[in-house]
Amino acid sequence: MNWLKNIVRPKLKQLVGGQKDIPDNLWQKCPNCAEMNFHRDLENNFQVCPHCGHHLRLSASDRLKMLFDEGEYQSIELMASEIDPLKFRDRRKYTDRLKEAKSKTGLEDALTVAHGRMGGINVVVAALDFSFMGGSMGVAVGEGLISAARLAIVQDAPLIVVPSSGGARMQEGILSLMQMARTTIAVEEVKDAGLPYIVVLTDPTTGGVSASFAMLGDVAIAETGAVIGFAGARVIEQTIREKLPEGFQRAEYLLDHGMVDMVVRRHDLRATLIRVIGLLINTSPAADVLAISASGRGSLEDES
Amino acid sequence: MHNYLDFEKPIAELEGKIEELRHLTSDGELNIADEVSKLQGKVDKLLRQTYGKLSPWQKTQIARHPDRPHAVHYIETLIEDFTPLAGDRAFAEDRAIVGGLGRFRGSSVVVIGTEKGADTEGRVAHNFGMARPEGYRKAIRLMEMADRFKLPVITLVDTPGAYPGVDAEARGQAEAIARCIETCFSLKVPLVSVIIGEGGSGGAMALASANTVLMLEHAIYSVISPEGCASILWRDGEQSKVAAEALKLTAEDLLKLGIIEAIIAEPLGGAHRSPETMQASVGEAIAGALKGLGALDGGVLRTRRRERFLKIGSAARD
Repeated sequence: MNWLKNIVRPKLKQLVGGQKDIPDNLWQKCPNCAEMNFHRDLENNFQVCPHCGHHLRLSASDRLKMLFDEGEYQSIELMASEIDPLKFRDRRKYTDRLKEAKSKTGLEDALTVAHGRMGGINVVVAALDFSFMGGSMGVAVGEGLISAARLAIVQDAPLIVVPSSGGARMQEGILSLMQMARTTIAVEEVKDAGLPYIVVLTDPTTGGVSASFAMLGDVAIAETGAVIGFAGARVIEQTIREKLPEGFQRAEYLLDHGMVDMVVRRHDLRATLIRVIGLLINTSPAADVLAISASGRGSLEDES
Repeated sequence: MHNYLDFEKPIAELEGKIEELRHLTSDGELNIADEVSKLQGKVDKLLRQTYGKLSPWQKTQIARHPDRPHAVHYIETLIEDFTPLAGDRAFAEDRAIVGGLGRFRGSSVVVIGTEKGADTEGRVAHNFGMARPEGYRKAIRLMEMADRFKLPVITLVDTPGAYPGVDAEARGQAEAIARCIETCFSLKVPLVSVIIGEGGSGGAMALASANTVLMLEHAIYSVISPEGCASILWRDGEQSKVAAEALKLTAEDLLKLGIIEAIIAEPLGGAHRSPETMQASVGEAIAGALKGLGALDGGVLRTRRRERFLKIGSAARD
C-alpha cells in the first residue's frame, strides 16, 4: 500500500469551473463545415458543431467534467518523472517545449487521472489532452497510466482510458517506446484483477498509443469521426504511394473493419459507458456499487 | 565482394589493392605476400580506428548493411531441426515474420524473427522486414503454443518497423501490435530477445517485451528512424545524422539507460565481415540468458518480465 502514499496523493482540486479562461475568440470556425459557432454554443454542445455534428477535440478537464456525475471528480497528483531524460534537443530544447506546453495548458503533462462516480459507480478515468504536445506518450504518461491502473485496483473500480494522442513522444527516444510495454502491463494488471478496462478512442489515437493500451480495451468505444490508426495517413501516402480510401482511419471505418465495438456520439458517451460498465460488473445500480466504492475510497479520503 | 559503406572508403581502397595483388601471386613474385600482409595490417588498423569510434548514424548504416546476417541466418546456424510454421489462421502467412519450432542446444524452443531478406527477390518476399497484422498474429499464435508446451521463446528483431499500408491498417495493425506485446507479458516461459540489426519502433517492441533483451554491438533500437525523426522534428530529412545522435539509439546508450541487459560484441568491421563468428557469439549469449531463466517458475518469469519494464521508467528518474 506504500506506493499509494508515495505516489498517488489525491488532492481535491477545485476543478469544477476552476480557472475558466475567457476564450480569445468568441467565435470559432468549424474545421469541418466552416460555419462560425459562438463559443457558448459549442460549450453547451460538448464541443460538437451544432451545424454538422463534427466533434472538436476536448481538453482532458472538459472530458472528465462531461463523464463524471455532476461533473465532479478528484484528480490525483501524478509522480513527477525525470524531465528530459535524454537531454534532447532538435531545433528547440525539449525542456523549452515542455515549459511552453505546461504554461499553455496549465497541465503537468498530457495525462490526467481522476476518480469519481459515473452513474453512481466508482470509476477511475485517465484522459489524454491533445493540446499538451499532441497528447504524446513519454515517461510521465506511462507512469500516469500505471498509477491509474493501480488506483483502479485499490478502489476495485473499472478503468476508463480516453486517449487523444499522436503517439510516442520522440523527444524521450527509446524511453517513450518503452511506455508501450509499460502501459500494456498496467492494462494487464487491471484485467488480472478482474476489473473492466474500457477505452474511449477519441481524435486522434495513433502510433505507439494506439499500438498499446488504447487497443486493448475489453470494450472499445470510438467517438464519432475520430482518426484512429497505427501509421499516420501522410506516412502511408508518402512511403507506400497508395491512395487512401474515403473515410480511411475514421471511427466508422474501424467499426466496419471490426476494430472497435461501437461508434458513439459524444452526447451519448456517458450514458453508454455507464450502461456498459454496469453490465460488465453485473450490478444493479445504487446499493451494491456504492458498497464497493465506499470501501475502496476510504483510505484515500482520509488523506485528502 | 563487400558492399562498402560511405565511411569505409579508405578501407575499400586498401582491400581493393590487396585483391589486385592476390591476382598477381600466380606470377610467383616473392614480395607480394609480404606486401599483402603489410596492407592487411593497415586494413585491420584502419578498421579498428573506424569501428572504434562509430557515430550513431554510422551504426545505423551498419545495422542496415545489406550483407549483415539476418534472422534466417541465425536460425540456420543456431537452431537444429528448425520447423517453420506459417500463418495466423485468420488471413494470411506474413513472411516478414519467420517462426517455428526447433532445437537450441538440444532443447526444443520456439523461434520468431523479423526477416528482411537477403536479395531483391527475398526482400520483396519478406516485405523488407515490415510485418503486417497477420505477422504479429502469427507471432502471438506461436508464443501461445510455446506457453502451452513450456518451451522457451527466442525472438530475433530486425525491422525498420511495422508496415505502414492501407491493408495493414484495415486489418488492425495497431491492435495486432498491442496484442502481441500483451501476449509477451502473459507468457509463463522464458522469453529472450536479440536485437540483431534494426529495432524499429512498435514493430520491434511487439517482439522485444522479453525477460532478457540482448543487442548486437552495432545494432540500433529506436522509437522512430533517424530519418523520420529528422523530417518531423527538424522538418529536414537531411538532419538524420543529428537525429540519430539525439535519439540515443546505440547499444551502448541503451545499456546505460537500462533498456537492454547486455551487448554482444561484433567481429571487427561488423557482423557481416564474419557472420560465423557473430552467429556463434549470439548463440553463446542466448544460451547464457536462457540458462539463468530456465530454473525459474513460470509465474516468477512472468512477474519478473513485467517488473523489468516497470523499472525502466523509474531507472531514468533516479
